[in-house]
Amino acid sequence: MTSTALSPEPPASWRRYFGFSTDAKVIGIQYIVVAFFFFLVGGLLAMIMRGELITPEADLVDRTVYNGLYTMHGTIMLFLFIFPVLNGLNNLLIPTMIGAPDMAFPRLNTAAFWLVPVFGILLIASFFVPSGPATSGWWSYPPVSLQNPLGHLINGEFLWVLAVALSGVSSIMGAVNFVTTILRMRAPGMGFFRMPVFCWTALAAQTLQLIGLPALTGGAVMLLLDLSVGTSFYRPEGGGDPVLYQHFFWFYSHPAVYVIILPVFGIFSELFPVYSRKPLFGYVYVCLASFIIVGLGLIVWVHHMFPSGVTQWMRNLFMVTTMLIAVPTGVKVFAWLGTMWNGKIRLTTPMLFCMGGLFNFVFAGITGIMLATVPIDIHVSNTYFVVGHFHYVIYGAAVMGVFAAIYHWFPKFTGRMPYEGLGKLHFLLTFVGANLNFLPMHPLGLMGMPRRVSSYDPEFAFWNVLASLGAFLLGVSIIPFLLNMISSWARGPRATHNPWNAIGLEWLLPSPPAEDNFGEHVPTVISRPYGYGTGEPLVEHQAEIERALTLQEANR
Amino acid sequence: MTSSTPRGPGPIALAALAVWIGLLALISVWMAGASLRWLPVQASNAAPLVDGLFSFETGVGTFVFLGVISVMAWVMLVHRAEKYDESDAEPIEGNTRLEVIWTAIPFVLVMAIAWYAIQINTELGVLGPMEHIHLRSPQEQQGGYPGDRLPAEQVEVVARQWSWEFRYPGEHVSSTELHLELDRPVTFRLVSEDVLHGFFIPAFRLKQDVIPGRAIDFSLTPTRLGRYRLRDSQFSGTWFAANQADVVVETAEDHAAWLKQAAAAPLQRGLSVAADEYADRQTNPHGGWPTVVPAPPPQVNAPGSSSLPHDA
Repeated sequence: MTSTALSPEPPASWRRYFGFSTDAKVIGIQYIVVAFFFFLVGGLLAMIMRGELITPEADLVDRTVYNGLYTMHGTIMLFLFIFPVLNGLNNLLIPTMIGAPDMAFPRLNTAAFWLVPVFGILLIASFFVPSGPATSGWWSYPPVSLQNPLGHLINGEFLWVLAVALSGVSSIMGAVNFVTTILRMRAPGMGFFRMPVFCWTALAAQTLQLIGLPALTGGAVMLLLDLSVGTSFYRPEGGGDPVLYQHFFWFYSHPAVYVIILPVFGIFSELFPVYSRKPLFGYVYVCLASFIIVGLGLIVWVHHMFPSGVTQWMRNLFMVTTMLIAVPTGVKVFAWLGTMWNGKIRLTTPMLFCMGGLFNFVFAGITGIMLATVPIDIHVSNTYFVVGHFHYVIYGAAVMGVFAAIYHWFPKFTGRMPYEGLGKLHFLLTFVGANLNFLPMHPLGLMGMPRRVSSYDPEFAFWNVLASLGAFLLGVSIIPFLLNMISSWARGPRATHNPWNAIGLEWLLPSPPAEDNFGEHVPTVISRPYGYGTGEPLVEHQAEIERALTLQEANR
Repeated sequence: MTSSTPRGPGPIALAALAVWIGLLALISVWMAGASLRWLPVQASNAAPLVDGLFSFETGVGTFVFLGVISVMAWVMLVHRAEKYDESDAEPIEGNTRLEVIWTAIPFVLVMAIAWYAIQINTELGVLGPMEHIHLRSPQEQQGGYPGDRLPAEQVEVVARQWSWEFRYPGEHVSSTELHLELDRPVTFRLVSEDVLHGFFIPAFRLKQDVIPGRAIDFSLTPTRLGRYRLRDSQFSGTWFAANQADVVVETAEDHAAWLKQAAAAPLQRGLSVAADEYADRQTNPHGGWPTVVPAPPPQVNAPGSSSLPHDA
């Protein structure tokens, strides 16, 4: 290890974040910042919706506006927030965790990122066309999505399909890159069973993208043709089948939930050991469980269509496959509990977000089993019960996991420490807000309140008021987060290379790492990850590398 | 890995654990009972079966949830690192026997739930709501009245943007309020004239998408007198939320009287909130984007009412 490899680079200009960088660490931060911009937009739409739903009547906005709001809320949160933010984490973490200098295809990476603002602007632009944005939900089921009151060629639905297709192109480009990088660019000595679980889950999730996305893209192209050219793939009056679209859509869009939650399982698996000071319990099982989830996740999509006219034996079959997913998922949950058991728990901000996320995820898992059960699903499908379940998974577990990851790896990639007090306040508001917002949706669904409604019968008012208050609290919860991020990045205390005393290749890099990470000096991995308490070094010459980093920090 | 000294839990710890598990089991049983009150009244013969399954899963789910949360609470309270303690914990990397157990137990549990649910499904299928799907003939696709080809006791349900119309072909009655006879099985033929709709009566616990281009046969048996809501459950456009109708379950005598009275009544404008709101929108524009124009309200013998209090 030479000292030149660790000498500080000239401070890079902040301007690189606004250009076509090919550095995965710059692209990662670009993804995350753009994603949070759209998170605020999507959240604002959600709060207007909850404002409308605080009273039974359709009074705050016009019904067409409400339909546009909920459609755009779902689309923005999925395609412009959660996928980009996770791709941002992939960009930051995959190369540094496996000791690669960058992604396998850096320019493809740049192109994949810059498609995000392009389709983001396209989607937001649909608010300004005369017919308004798409109003048929993020599922965009035909025939209602094919109705085009003004008859214009450029309409909200047209822009929506285009944006979703471009999002698919961007995701495929990302998936090819992540899979190749993980398979081909690991540090010497890092066999698959020495790879961090985050990389395992990213590999699993991106494999799902590669298998599933073509179905959605094909389905969306046919929807576009039906809408704009007058074909009848889905139009019943021309002999088309509207239910066919649902199969194309869910063949991808159910696995898409695993694309979101698998990397979050990876984050939990990374963070529980750090803040419990214990190795991950059953590492190999946790790794393999991700791929069992991939296999099963591809054969459950019909559970979204139980009331759509599916024969009884198919309902039973897809109920069984769906329930089986509880088994590998359970393996992971128990592994995390086993990791914490007899540990030395440190309730830092990232750990609180992980534990809160796990709490919400277990709850969502139980309502998930209920939704898999055909007779129960028949009653609650397309009601607020589903909305509640989904938001427990996506906000309660996935977004909380993303926040945990941001607080945990923030020092690594910015070189500054986030503030604990603001972080804990953020956690408290998020945890309370999410439960207050999403728990009341379950009784509403059981009582029979359909989702996507702009008005409802007065008997549903009580729970809706609670949910709306929770939504506004969630809106407030983002303020300490933004304050924390901006102020600690600007003037937070300087971070050492390993402030959490964590084990992993990324913690053997300076904070922030040099552009090419380890450059020529990639350490050789000699043991499994998460060796907390074992005293075994992760890499050859580990003590030497850490000494050099500490020396460098002392001299700055 | 250095082997740790095996220290089994003492008898007091085991007793405390048993008491705790017993307590969680009691809470779970209580929740299973309470869960029945979260659902609307049971007004069809399917409802008790669905509710029983839901109650069972609530009980099991409560136990699993509380079990996991108990472990989390325990480690937070008992296994917290002391202040300034920077050391690591004892490195336990796994336990194959434990991992096999916690793979096998969930597997057996979910398969048992699935088996139970398949039994209920089969029973529900025997009771009626196992739908049959036909492709619609061109005449039906044009919205032509196919009444004479329907069995007389079958009720045709026509879903539109945005109104529900119910036709009783044997009686030459049509209505925008669904009247059903108590304890008598009824078969619906569900058709849509435009987009997807969802035929959802929460009190009956039944739901079926209505698909344009298909006619779906769907049966059920109402078991409780009262007035219930039918809600559109598959998003159908601008007035989706207002696309509701009332379902009246009445005695055989009342039903016969209603049919007789309706058959004698002249055709009149049926209920359609969408049509009313659309007309209002034409005169007092309140912003918003262009919308599909609602279909004219159906001409029916018995419009019914949507402002009477409903049971669920």
